[in-house]
Amino acid sequence: MASYALLLLVYTGIYAILAIGLNLIAGTTGLLSLCQAAFFGVGAYTTAILTSTFHWDFVSALGASVALSALIGLVIGLPTLRLKGDYLAIATLGFGQIVQNVIINWDSVTRGSRGISDIPPMKLFGLTLTQSDKGPFAALIWSFVLLSFLLMRRFNRSRLGRALEAIREDPVAAAAMGIDVPLYETLAFTLGSAFAGLAGWLWASYNQSVAPETFGFMLSVLVLCMVVLGGMGNPAGVLIGAVVISVASELPRLLGLSSVIPAQWNQVLFGLILVLAMVFRPQGILARRKPDFERSAERSAGEASE
Amino acid sequence: MPLSLLSAPEFSQHVVNGLTLGAIYALIALGYTMVYGILKFINFAHGEVLMAGTYAALFLYDAARMSLPAPVAFALAVAAGMAASAFLGVAVERLAYRPLRNAPRLAPLLSAIGVSIILSNLAAVFFGTKSRRFEYPFDNTAWNLGGVSVTPHQVLVFAVAIVLMAALKVFVDFTRTGKAMRATSENLPAASLMGIDTERIIMLTFAVGSALAAAAGILIAMEYKVYPTMGSLAGMKAFIAAVLGGIGSVEGAMLGGVVLGLLETLAVALLGIPEGLKDTIAFGVLILILLFRPQGILGRNFREKV
Repeated sequence: MASYALLLLVYTGIYAILAIGLNLIAGTTGLLSLCQAAFFGVGAYTTAILTSTFHWDFVSALGASVALSALIGLVIGLPTLRLKGDYLAIATLGFGQIVQNVIINWDSVTRGSRGISDIPPMKLFGLTLTQSDKGPFAALIWSFVLLSFLLMRRFNRSRLGRALEAIREDPVAAAAMGIDVPLYETLAFTLGSAFAGLAGWLWASYNQSVAPETFGFMLSVLVLCMVVLGGMGNPAGVLIGAVVISVASELPRLLGLSSVIPAQWNQVLFGLILVLAMVFRPQGILARRKPDFERSAERSAGEASE
Repeated sequence: MPLSLLSAPEFSQHVVNGLTLGAIYALIALGYTMVYGILKFINFAHGEVLMAGTYAALFLYDAARMSLPAPVAFALAVAAGMAASAFLGVAVERLAYRPLRNAPRLAPLLSAIGVSIILSNLAAVFFGTKSRRFEYPFDNTAWNLGGVSVTPHQVLVFAVAIVLMAALKVFVDFTRTGKAMRATSENLPAASLMGIDTERIIMLTFAVGSALAAAAGILIAMEYKVYPTMGSLAGMKAFIAAVLGGIGSVEGAMLGGVVLGLLETLAVALLGIPEGLKDTIAFGVLILILLFRPQGILGRNFREKV
């Protein structure tokens, strides 16, 4: 039971990092991306291939995974970010499919649909961690979650973060204010993918194996659910969203009901969460915290209308 | 060049196969394009509505075949499937999209993704994940027409596609309701001010689009079986066809479907692209179209207004 709780902690942490990355893209900047799972896959496969075939150490693999995911994010972002709204969503969905297709078909490098399952145990700071060391892994993963969370909170208040928010609120007005919209959008997309690369590194290191079906459209939707449910643009909300969705998806197994309730009911639940969240609370559990100046502006507007 | 390796009959064969595939894409694409024309959003659940209608038709067909001659049972099943899809399409619109009419643009898209997940997983729970056969109501032995083999199924596909599309064209172009539909698509608030019941038109649009999708689903099912996720890839491809032809344009969807079907079939046959990467072609086409001619082949060039 305790080991199961730790496992839940491990997966929730990895999902939370994915969600924090997607939040930067979709929540803060307002670009609906449906290929977060693809960047996650790039990160996980980079780690898997470098550590198993090329015997790299895990710290270098971390650097390579984050860098390659960010690079692929940049390559995908440069052309697609010329698109807006739902067109962008569909284009990213297409890219997600292409990445998964390439992973499945590029047999000589990715070993196709069999996946890679000979990743050595992680060696970090003189420790050797295998899949059974759930405690240390959970600690490692959650320190990354905490770091990412604090980073994003600072980031949202920075000049850059505010520029991204301005783009979300109104790209034309943002451009008129002198914000280089394409540059900043590409930057957000690349940074968000880098987080997915980090999550991929953790995933491959912990599981010691990767398989292509993990990195499909459903996972992208799951991560999107976390961001939407928690509250687009609010890092604390996204964290809550990640915990709620992860627990909800694992709850039947926690209660020993997985034989009674088929896994599909979980997916039905995610679908319902998306629809109900949109219909009844589009701002999520925790709405984005508005900056002080915006709130005072609203207050004075309220006073003026009275 | 592999191009020269194809004889005239071989080439014609691929064209016939491509046209069959294209006619089916076109039928599905019409639903996307009509909804997009009016509501400016991608009905992501369209493929799942298709799947549900196909299941309805399958169940009725299997029951009716016991007591009725196969062609009669088949005609009944097609009618029932189209009616079931139309009903479901309208229900989805009312429950998941209508409350979001004035929400931010991405809200209905997210809600639609939720509906699509709900429907495909409910189908998996209730109908099982095993694919089912949809028996041909006739002997499907191919005819040999000058070295080109044409199956009765292909003839049925062309016949159904031509009849339904011609009926739709007549309806949209020459009836009073069709005129109201075009007006609503042109400018919804203005149509509403002219006394058109736009909510009724939206419902009708969903009903017609979903019924066409069910017809396409049944045609697909006879060749490739019925299963809970059958709608997702077919829906994706049809959406690409709609974008290719010019989203919002009825003729564009028809043309886009045929062009995409030919492109996919001929790319595999002429360029020797492996079957595994066939779907990648469609997504590649989508991204290229979005980048270089986002208004599609027949779409009007619309400028974004501030």
